[in-house]
Amino acid sequence: MKKTMTFAAALLAASVLSGMASAKTLVYCSEASPANFDPGTTTGGNDFDASSRTVYSRLVEFKHGGTEIEPGLADKWEISDDGLVYTFHLHPGVKFQTTDYFKPTRDLNADDVVFSFDRQFNKQNPWNGDKYLPNLTWDYYTGMDMPKYVAKWEKVDDLTVKLTLTEPNAPMLANLGMDFASIVSKEYADQLQKDGKMADFSTKPVGTGPFQFVDYQLDSVIRYAANPDYFKGKEKIDDLVFAITPDATARIQKVLAGECDVAPYPNPADIATIKANKDVTLLDQAGLNIGYMSYNTTIPPLDKPEVRHALNQAIDREALIKSLFQDAGATPAENLIPPTMWSWNKDVKTDTYNPEAAKKVLADAGLKEIQLWASDRVRPYNPNFQRAAELIQADWAKVGVKANIVNYEWTKYREEGKKKDRPGAFQIGWTGDNGDPDNFFATLFACSAIGVSNYSSWCDKDFEDLIQKAKKTSDQAERTKLYEQAQVIFAKQAPAFLLAHSQVYAVVRNNVTGFKMDPLGIHRFDGVDKSE
Amino acid sequence: MLRYLLNKIALLIPTLVGITICAFAFVRLLPGDPILAMAGEHGVAPARYEELKEQFGYNLPIWEQYARYVGEVATGDFGVSISSKRPVLEEFKTLFPATLELSFFAMIFAMVLGIPAGIFAAVKRGSWFDQSLMGTALVGYSMPIFWWGLLLIIFFSGYLGWTPVSGRIGLQFFFKPITGFMTIDSLLHGKWDAFRSALSHLVLPAIVLGTIPLAVIARQTRSAMLEVLGEDYVRTARAKGLSAARVIGVHALRNALIPVVTTIGLQVGTLLAGAILTETIFAWPGIGKWMVDSIFKRDYVVVQSGLLLIALIVMAVNLIVDVLYAVINPRIRAA
Repeated sequence: MKKTMTFAAALLAASVLSGMASAKTLVYCSEASPANFDPGTTTGGNDFDASSRTVYSRLVEFKHGGTEIEPGLADKWEISDDGLVYTFHLHPGVKFQTTDYFKPTRDLNADDVVFSFDRQFNKQNPWNGDKYLPNLTWDYYTGMDMPKYVAKWEKVDDLTVKLTLTEPNAPMLANLGMDFASIVSKEYADQLQKDGKMADFSTKPVGTGPFQFVDYQLDSVIRYAANPDYFKGKEKIDDLVFAITPDATARIQKVLAGECDVAPYPNPADIATIKANKDVTLLDQAGLNIGYMSYNTTIPPLDKPEVRHALNQAIDREALIKSLFQDAGATPAENLIPPTMWSWNKDVKTDTYNPEAAKKVLADAGLKEIQLWASDRVRPYNPNFQRAAELIQADWAKVGVKANIVNYEWTKYREEGKKKDRPGAFQIGWTGDNGDPDNFFATLFACSAIGVSNYSSWCDKDFEDLIQKAKKTSDQAERTKLYEQAQVIFAKQAPAFLLAHSQVYAVVRNNVTGFKMDPLGIHRFDGVDKSE
Repeated sequence: MLRYLLNKIALLIPTLVGITICAFAFVRLLPGDPILAMAGEHGVAPARYEELKEQFGYNLPIWEQYARYVGEVATGDFGVSISSKRPVLEEFKTLFPATLELSFFAMIFAMVLGIPAGIFAAVKRGSWFDQSLMGTALVGYSMPIFWWGLLLIIFFSGYLGWTPVSGRIGLQFFFKPITGFMTIDSLLHGKWDAFRSALSHLVLPAIVLGTIPLAVIARQTRSAMLEVLGEDYVRTARAKGLSAARVIGVHALRNALIPVVTTIGLQVGTLLAGAILTETIFAWPGIGKWMVDSIFKRDYVVVQSGLLLIALIVMAVNLIVDVLYAVINPRIRAA
């Protein structure tokens, strides 16, 4: 017996040692420090990469590299016929991470799910306000209109949760895949509350995700280890390190020098160098964004679709995109939503460059002068509003329209731009939140968004009917059809000039496998492996 | 001496008030409403806007906001970061040792090269060495830090592979901070390879940050030395038949160093300003990078209190320099 024990111990030691020898570390050069590690309280993509996508899981998840919904902590769910009640069935036996600071005594259950959402809106919940962290705003929970749509969360039994809505809202499922909907541990929260250390909840995270938190040196390095109890199976990487490197050039030099394995957002100027290097691969994808220019459709002569079409036709879009995005490139936009999003209508084409035709229509309409709005801020969907304005101004001058450029600082710009009676053409754009088409169509062009984020003050009955119907329909095939029709109307009515979907890039060393670009702009390391 | 000191301290009070007003006003003069700026493209509903305005105290009259702010600062409360929700002072204390360590090495680099170069240029006045040194110093002084840093990274780290690209220490080294100084902590933990790694990470950022002070120190040493070399006592020393090394090293240098010490003290402000860019390029986790990040995040509380804390440090250093100067040169005290 003793011999067997000794042998077993030796075997264990050997396997531990060999494990140590081949411990795989993946280093990700992230672009900024996370604000904290509680995804309910933060808003930045870099915050989410460091918390929700590593440490936490959600009821439903986005398919890796796509925007489709797939099961997460919920194995399956049912939606009632009236679209008001969602019943989620949790995966049994899911363990929260065991760390130096928390040892879970029970598996994930419905209490954790209810708590994860309750804390974000219920003012009576001690985790909602100052007792936890000062000045909490729960931006995404309110920003996604959850208070308006959610009537209640209920525990049916340990592994069943029921969500009741105030009105049907098909994008709800996509919302539940978003970072703010990460499921946290109620047991951990209770323990911290008892110990009077509530703030630790945001600095020492505990979740059910693929990696568990080890250490964070402020503004410098974040360390994670593979979660041995991960319910989808332990990751192939043993250690994950985020080396925070804000300068884009330094980030790329680090990948080229082998100091990190993956880095996001290279400078356009470095793209040629990266492509020429044999040790790394440049990944790219059309981002989940759109740059566009809204015409105020209520002020003549811009109220006439033919005038708006003519203004679009007068712009040499290809040259404009080339000048704005340079080596980084961008996908010319045919629709409001990018081609990576489901329901993108491949048959719809936006106006093509035709200054001759435009000139005649504009002369007939008597359009001689127009305001053209530009701001100072660099946005992912438009790196230079001012440059764009100058090029469009030159194009319009060729067809006899004098554009007066109006400049404001970014915040003031949007404040002025959203006013119903704002004249002229207003450059703006959008980066999607949850991969649901509703997040583009309804947020940007619903009648109710006039004065908020519908910068065209455009309210078209047919378009509105379609997008509202799609919002209330839970069947995705049915919704796809509705959105496809909505895109046809949008193209016909042209409430805006569509510019482009900018490319997003990441640089990956060639010995890394399984890393995928994500249309939602997140960086995930589940399923990623590295060879020597 | 005491009177001199009290006088200097009394003069700091209006400066301090001025700084609180500047830090406070600067943040409020930034274009755009802070709450709308935080909200981004999403915008914010009017009712929610009012709620947030009240929560952050922006609904109060401006003088009341200022009074509140001064009251808080006076009691050592520098506020809580809007983005991280951690106390600003706590973040500052965690990050400041990194800036201090980098500044220290940058200053060593500037002094070790700058003082001998300045002396040599003065002694060999008008020679090709003097002329090329002064030319180089002018270039160094006007060098854009951002460009210089990236150039060094691309050449030494990217092309030659001699130095690490960025960061404070190799990622394989992982120990709890004791003093916050990576070079000291690695030694306290008895890890020599970690110490070497920390030093190698310091090379490029210290050179970049030390470049401007190096140019200033070299020029200042040269001109102070030239002035002293023309003095009677130097001529006397020479006439006594002392060796050139002794004349320059003992008689001239000791007197020439007085203005150089002041210059070095005044370079602290330059170092902190330079740290903002240097730290951002080299991913150095200090207060410079912290300020830049906070500006991009529109974290007004951190920007406001960070400015104040940095200004306090510069003021404290300047006070120490004034005192040291008075100690070295008694004539100042009487004036």
